[in-house]
Amino acid sequence: MSGSEVFLQELIIGLSNGMIIALIALGYTMVYGIIELINFAHGDLFMLGCFCALTLVGALGLDQLAPNTFGVRGGLLLILLVTPAFCGGLNWLVDRLTYRHLREATKLAPLVSAIGVSFVFMNLGLFWGGLRMAVFGMGRAAAAPKDFPVLISNDNLLGQSAVQFTAKDVMVLIVTLPLMIALTWYTKRTRAGTAMRAVAQDRVAAQLMGIDVDRVIGQTFFIGGLLAGVASVVFALYNNSIHFQMGYRAGIDAFTAAVLGGIGSLPGAVLGGLFIGMARAFCDQYLATRWTNAMVFAILILVLVFRPSGLLGAKQKEKV
Amino acid sequence: MTPFLHRVRFHWILLLLAALIPLLELVLPPGWHFGELLRPIFLMAILGLGLNILTGFTGLLNLGVAAFMAVGAYSYAILTCDIYPFQLGFWSATGLTVLIGLAVGLFLGLPTIRLRGDYLAIVTLGFGEIVQDVLKNLDTITKGTQGINPLPPPTFLGYAFTSEKYQPWYYLFLAFLAIVVLLNRNLQRSRVGRAWISIREDELASACMGINTMKMKLLAFALGAAQCSLAGALWASFLGSSGEPGNYDFQISVMAVCIVIVGGMGSIGGVLLGALVIMGFSRIVLDNFTSFLKAHELVSSTNVLAAPGNWKYLLFGLALILMMRFRPEGLLPSRQVRAELHPGGKSEARNP
Repeated sequence: MSGSEVFLQELIIGLSNGMIIALIALGYTMVYGIIELINFAHGDLFMLGCFCALTLVGALGLDQLAPNTFGVRGGLLLILLVTPAFCGGLNWLVDRLTYRHLREATKLAPLVSAIGVSFVFMNLGLFWGGLRMAVFGMGRAAAAPKDFPVLISNDNLLGQSAVQFTAKDVMVLIVTLPLMIALTWYTKRTRAGTAMRAVAQDRVAAQLMGIDVDRVIGQTFFIGGLLAGVASVVFALYNNSIHFQMGYRAGIDAFTAAVLGGIGSLPGAVLGGLFIGMARAFCDQYLATRWTNAMVFAILILVLVFRPSGLLGAKQKEKV
Repeated sequence: MTPFLHRVRFHWILLLLAALIPLLELVLPPGWHFGELLRPIFLMAILGLGLNILTGFTGLLNLGVAAFMAVGAYSYAILTCDIYPFQLGFWSATGLTVLIGLAVGLFLGLPTIRLRGDYLAIVTLGFGEIVQDVLKNLDTITKGTQGINPLPPPTFLGYAFTSEKYQPWYYLFLAFLAIVVLLNRNLQRSRVGRAWISIREDELASACMGINTMKMKLLAFALGAAQCSLAGALWASFLGSSGEPGNYDFQISVMAVCIVIVGGMGSIGGVLLGALVIMGFSRIVLDNFTSFLKAHELVSSTNVLAAPGNWKYLLFGLALILMMRFRPEGLLPSRQVRAELHPGGKSEARNP
């Protein structure tokens, strides 16, 4: 492979993973925008989505079929509907049971709760991996990474070229791009989206205008969870390996992306996601894989210290 | 019950009881010996008290105390291990390690302490992960995942601590814990401690009263870091090894947060109780619970539910969620925190 081909290859990998990170980052940024909570459990919600998707693959018997067949496509469409609904519902439920009761508490109380939820989710993922299903290796090694079957073929669409561009990369783009456009339309054009932006801007004023604030916050959690669910299916199909502790890593990447783009800003989250995806791919290739994680954390700390409003975020003062 | 315990200084009672346990074991039957299990609890209590300075007194969350513990453990190991040129004794190495912890705390705190609460928490979390990665990757110095070992045992007036008897270790760690408790108690009552508490209650108001809030917060950060690295140095001396970088992961940091939250933020006795409860739960209750499951054939021994370690995350997670929801002041709250969270309650009336 020549130098430029290597570069192009890393660009494709970075772009696809970046789109996935962007979907998770959107969930962070929406929740932060509306209640100023770093939803620590969001990455672990994404992880549970992956386990949900793998369970459905096993239940529908998709792992027995050849990739790219009609049956697999139908099954995947179903998974792409059920998993986001599961994640969205779960996220809504967690808000209803925990964070809603802490709206008036100090800012650290919901954050500490969110760390708690993250740990509970992680433990649920560990137990889930012990499920006696063939796709989970009959639950013998619950803590081990699980193989997600190859359901979309790895054949190179560019023919004989050394650069790999597969149906998986196409899948990532055709799932994530329309979703981001739909989200933009939802927040900008619909009544519910307008209410959401109003609550984010000023909760009390929104309430005075007759907006049911708790309902809107619940909707935000649901939509954020929905996006994490889609991201989990796309991630599992793209990377073919899942693990109960992957949520922590994914969560940090996505949170860094959200902060980098300017937390609270939807286009910022997408931009940040793409940036982090590319940065990871290039660091893996040109520096060393073992320093990639430390690099992401360094980006996170540097952005927080020197430009806490991010690339696209408006400068804002802390609400007292 | 709690008001009474407050007047007689709960933390001194706990420490006194702890001091009596090895003596009681001389008369009790062997089945009742659990003194050995308490040693890690003492170290976690020192770690929890270090976090308590920042989170409990000053109201800032630190999600990376494990990193400061790692700094302590590795500094101690490098200062004492015979493959390095320093080869200091236990006491001078421990003293130096505390100073190194202080310096690292200042180094991280200087640029980041002005950040708002939740961002500071995330920065400390990032620092915790970077420290782990650095320790893992700089394997020419840190020996990577093997850890630095063997470390010589501590000595005291010519007596060397060995692994045969647990009692000398027990009293060594208890003595360190008692010193840390005494220092924290005095700090809390000092001008500095009152400044910290006023920052926790209202940062803007305390700045208006003439408190240099940045300086005070930085001091809390550095002193907390120094205590956490003391816990790390003692841990390394106990293991006879620096441990591997993965030992100081996010789970340890969250465990320390659990100890402070469950015990009661800003309450020294509360932190000691929290360490006892959280460590006791994860070591004793979970063990008994899973062997109960196995004994009654509710789960087979190969099932994921059968290993006590597999329930830890759930335990810590639920502890944090439930405490925040139902008892945010902790099991043994400090007076100010309780008065703040339950205005007009009994405790308020008791205050002069």
